Amino acid sequence: MPHIRIAALPLACMACGLTMAVWPHAAAPAAEVIRFDRDILPVLADKCFACHGPDAGHRQADLRLDTFAGATADRDGARAIVPANPQASELITRMHSTDPDVAMPPPDSNKQLSDAEKDLLERWIADGAAYDAHWAYRPLIRPDVPASDSPSGWPGHPIDAFVDARLAAEELSPLPEADRATLARRVALDLTGLPPEPAEIDRFVADPAPDAYERMVDRLLASPHHAERLAAWWLDLVRYGDSVGYHGDQEIAMWPYRDWVINAFAANMPFDRFTREQLAGDLLPDATRDQKIAAAYNRLNLMSAEGGGQDKEYHAKYASDRVRATSGAWLGSTLGCAECHDHKFDPFTTRDFYAFAAFFADVQEKGIYHGANGDGIWGEMMWLPSPEQAAKQADLEAQIVAAKAAVDAADGDGPRGEAAAELKRLEEELKAAIDAQPHMPATVSGSPRIVRVLPRGNWMDDSGEIVAPAPPAFLPVASRPAEAAADVRLSRLDLAHWITAQQNPLVPRVLANRLWAICFGQGVSRRLDDHGSQGEPPSHPELLDWLACELRDGDGSDGAWDIRRVLRLIVTSAAYRRSSTTSAEAMERDPENRLLARQNRHRIDAEMVRDTALTASGLLARQVGGRSVRPYQPEGYWDYLNFPRRTYQADTGESLYRRGLYVHWQRQYLHPAMMVFDAPSREECTARRPRSSTPLQALVLLNDPEFVEAARTLAAKTLAEGGADLLSRARFMLRRAVGRVPTDDEVGVVADLVERHRQLLVADAPAADAMLAIGAMPQPAGVDPIEMAAWMTAARAVLNLHETYTRN
Amino acid sequence: MIDPTGMDLRSLPLARRAVLSAAAGGLGSLALGSLGLGATMASAADASPSPAAAAWRGVIRPYHVPPKAKRVIWLYMAGGMSHLDTFDHKPKLAEMNGQPMPESFTAGQQLAQLQGNKLACMAPQHAFRRWGQSGQEISEIFPEISARIADRIAIVRSMHTEAINHDPAHTFMNTGSMISGRPAAGSWLWYGLGTPAEDLPGFVVMVSTGGFGQSQPIASRQWHSGLLPSRFQGVEFRSKGDPVLYVKSPAGTTAGRQRDVIDTISRLDTLRGSVVGDPEIAARLAQYELAFQMQASVPDLVDLSDEPASTFDLYGTKGGDGSFAANCLLARRLAERGVRFIQLYHRDWDHHGSVKDHVKGTAAEVDRGAAALVEDLARRGMLDDTLVVFGTEFGRTPMAQGDGRDHHMKAFSVWLAGGGIKGGITYGATDDLGYGIAENPVSVHDLHATMLHLLGIDHTKLTIRAQGRDFRLTDVHGHVVRDIIA
Repeated sequence: MPHIRIAALPLACMACGLTMAVWPHAAAPAAEVIRFDRDILPVLADKCFACHGPDAGHRQADLRLDTFAGATADRDGARAIVPANPQASELITRMHSTDPDVAMPPPDSNKQLSDAEKDLLERWIADGAAYDAHWAYRPLIRPDVPASDSPSGWPGHPIDAFVDARLAAEELSPLPEADRATLARRVALDLTGLPPEPAEIDRFVADPAPDAYERMVDRLLASPHHAERLAAWWLDLVRYGDSVGYHGDQEIAMWPYRDWVINAFAANMPFDRFTREQLAGDLLPDATRDQKIAAAYNRLNLMSAEGGGQDKEYHAKYASDRVRATSGAWLGSTLGCAECHDHKFDPFTTRDFYAFAAFFADVQEKGIYHGANGDGIWGEMMWLPSPEQAAKQADLEAQIVAAKAAVDAADGDGPRGEAAAELKRLEEELKAAIDAQPHMPATVSGSPRIVRVLPRGNWMDDSGEIVAPAPPAFLPVASRPAEAAADVRLSRLDLAHWITAQQNPLVPRVLANRLWAICFGQGVSRRLDDHGSQGEPPSHPELLDWLACELRDGDGSDGAWDIRRVLRLIVTSAAYRRSSTTSAEAMERDPENRLLARQNRHRIDAEMVRDTALTASGLLARQVGGRSVRPYQPEGYWDYLNFPRRTYQADTGESLYRRGLYVHWQRQYLHPAMMVFDAPSREECTARRPRSSTPLQALVLLNDPEFVEAARTLAAKTLAEGGADLLSRARFMLRRAVGRVPTDDEVGVVADLVERHRQLLVADAPAADAMLAIGAMPQPAGVDPIEMAAWMTAARAVLNLHETYTRN
Repeated sequence: MIDPTGMDLRSLPLARRAVLSAAAGGLGSLALGSLGLGATMASAADASPSPAAAAWRGVIRPYHVPPKAKRVIWLYMAGGMSHLDTFDHKPKLAEMNGQPMPESFTAGQQLAQLQGNKLACMAPQHAFRRWGQSGQEISEIFPEISARIADRIAIVRSMHTEAINHDPAHTFMNTGSMISGRPAAGSWLWYGLGTPAEDLPGFVVMVSTGGFGQSQPIASRQWHSGLLPSRFQGVEFRSKGDPVLYVKSPAGTTAGRQRDVIDTISRLDTLRGSVVGDPEIAARLAQYELAFQMQASVPDLVDLSDEPASTFDLYGTKGGDGSFAANCLLARRLAERGVRFIQLYHRDWDHHGSVKDHVKGTAAEVDRGAAALVEDLARRGMLDDTLVVFGTEFGRTPMAQGDGRDHHMKAFSVWLAGGGIKGGITYGATDDLGYGIAENPVSVHDLHATMLHLLGIDHTKLTIRAQGRDFRLTDVHGHVVRDIIA
């Protein structure tokens, strides 16, 4: 039997008499060897480090427990930890004490040790109290793939070797492969963010070739929609928005950067280059236009044009913003905590924070962008005319040269006046033409601003030391390139090299973990935003390390930093392909599915919710890239924006039906249908979106004209393509929403609804007309409005199903 | 459930029967599941959906301290209300009118738009008088507040904040941090205590706009749930269009037909649930029930036809006009239904110019509504357990900015009433010129700590784990201001 601990039940579950088994994914079962990083460090970090950790400024009693030396230091005859002797260890004495003046953690501290944690600490000290580097910071060495003779695994798939070895050890049997329709929809949603067409599912279901699945995966990976799906993920991390975020939240044209990200994923750009071009594309020799666009990453920070703001304060805000975003996106770390004090749980110092910020001090920017709310010029800008716009500009410039000559040549007041008027007209036209060209905030390197350590984050305090750019020192990777002379200031390019250096163990682990989460809905370590000591140890550490090595090194000769290759590896494993239905055994033994005996299921992301409804209805416009688009939005939703006041004007035509990725990202007032499904404002790096279930979501799916119009269009499509009789139409409609073939019962429920509402609407024709008037897409000619409205009602139900928005 | 067209939808064999007879069994796990806080243990079979099943009971059980208030109504004077012309009487500043501001006050200090300018004192622009039995000193631009509720309010004259610009100052006032992404106070309370009003959001926001100050932007971040699950996000009640976004069924769809759509969703989801055993299905169906109830309860809430004429006389509005007073009336109706946190912004207080006229104009926009609300709550016996806060994001300078005043973070005033607050007192003091705090400083975190305390919560113990640490409304700060508690 595997060891199962029954954890304390949340009160709510006690009340309803349900039992909850919590799988011991983190802590060691009684018979196992205790591991410092997995079992002990999280406890010490959570319960002790706030007062006895890395933060020297808040350290109590001059005791630190985050290092072996500190914990075992002789303190007037007493030692917090005496290795191999718990009884002599002050830590153990105090942890068991009931005297409030002695007990640790202090009884009033809101940090209490559970009995299990006390037991672990005692056993660990008895075993010798070995300290070891945190799992994410240890050198990354390729683990051996376990020998596999598992019945479920595809022969030779290394991921399954890791997963199955653990399952076998825990005597838990994996579920079989999901049915093909479910699998097709799952992998399409994970890799492209779009549900497959029923015909595509049918093709896969009917494909007898042994590599049918792999070929489908390759088709999906080659699709431009795959690049869009990864872009949506990346844009959360780098906090991409179409507005500046602070105060007036004015619009900016950052979308060329967004398109660069899509193109980079479409080309499967290796991640090291992807990193380099975003952080320092402008610093590369002979930087191309694309590389300069990529470098606009450095301008994704929030900006302000608020009157009364001080440059110095906002320079400090922007600097911190970049440290939080860059450390969050690439290092999966919460370096932001070190802005005011040394990190309490991880080995980041305040100095690290400001030295990291100093990498970006050369990016030319203002603190307050006075006037930008009027002229749209946010410091250094990059003009990005389309070929047509460039040609028009050149043409006007040529005309202006000619017109100037005409003025000079004109004889007499009359002709000169006419020529001058023409020149003025052309100049105005040129200005308008240039204003109409997309122009985005650009990264321009210049003389670096002085960066000081700000005591307690206070930007008005100039007493801190001046720091030069340097990466945090705790990782086993050289902080300076070997060839850099000691007095050379490091650049953003050096930072990019440091991030993807062979010796950097953290970045490949973070990225591999997040790619895993794209395919499983949760990471091997579930804390996607924090891989530090407060994060969660991975459920399969060797698997994660192996995957990270695959990512960093490829197969040794080829494929280094190849994201597509790693995604393909993951989705071709048996673990990925398993059914997500829950068996009683699985729910009891491993409710959170840390052992991967089954697949996970979850509500799809906000963009996919929109895309799914648009795809089911056939409305989706599949154009890739371009300026952000404006779907319908409730009137007055932007009323509290100002400087300038804005009236929202929805787009027309195809732009109404673009993917969620392209929906205008107003950071202060994100489109309500996106926000309600947990899309982040993108003011900060977001590594993991919550997945909530709220009544407001139901109101959007039921009543938002975007979704009502999708229902109307799905009804029209059903009447046109779904066959002639009621049941085949109902079946067609359900399939468009959920992909699989519906049961007769389900078809019957939909058909009944149509029949009922047809009867209602026959007696209420104006209601049918009112329904059909919703949305801009024209009605097909020659369709009975009653029939259409009855089917539209059915489509509204079908486009509200749990399954429609669930990735199973 | 009679459809206006005559078809009785009750005759339909609805899964809703089962839906409405919810087994209490699945509640806790459902709530957890819909929150995404943990695995859901309930099997589909024993988790019947109902609005009750979707209700959130809060994480504070039992209360940390005996609660004095059950809910909060926060009247937010957005734009930066001048303390010097409203609740903080500074005769010395009047004497110094036009004279240079002594450098001892301002040297090395952060200023906003006045940075680098010549600084001269500007007298209080309106006379102060003493009111009520307590003799509270209030500017005469608030005749209603002064005459009606002076003895009920505790004026705090020693507030200070850390942000000098509107956007970060709002964010700080609402979330305790200037960094975006922390939960707003209302979200914290909803998360901590749940809400008895199951067919309404636990955190409601309303915004009115005046005609005197600059209408500074208000970001929706101000009522965002941040690190907390999204269900705790504040919901805006709007004075035009749908009162809550998308709360109205599509054109041509009666309530009965909408009901039938939802019942069909329920039946199809339930059929599927029996195959895949996904407990999230039950949680989601409960949300649909709640949504349907909101479609009725929200219009009902904003429909004032059941109010007597005396109500309209009291508030000075018939409602429906988007005014602050109309929102105050709605706030009372929301409070009656148990909504946990109700926040009313009035965005008209940014008086960089013509402060004399404009502060008077803006005060007149809020005076009657605020006084009527407190009085109305008192008459109904609700003031005892409703905490009313009348606050702003920062104060304004004692120095002139032309004929206006600039932003000021070193000092400002708020008042509180009801819900365990000692009425008729003034707490804290600024220096002679109203520039800095001279006595009993109260930080934004202190205000938050006090509010949570009155609602039965120890502010150090209401936390959420994110990004590797525990976050709380008061960050690592905050002290309960016990002297203003009855």
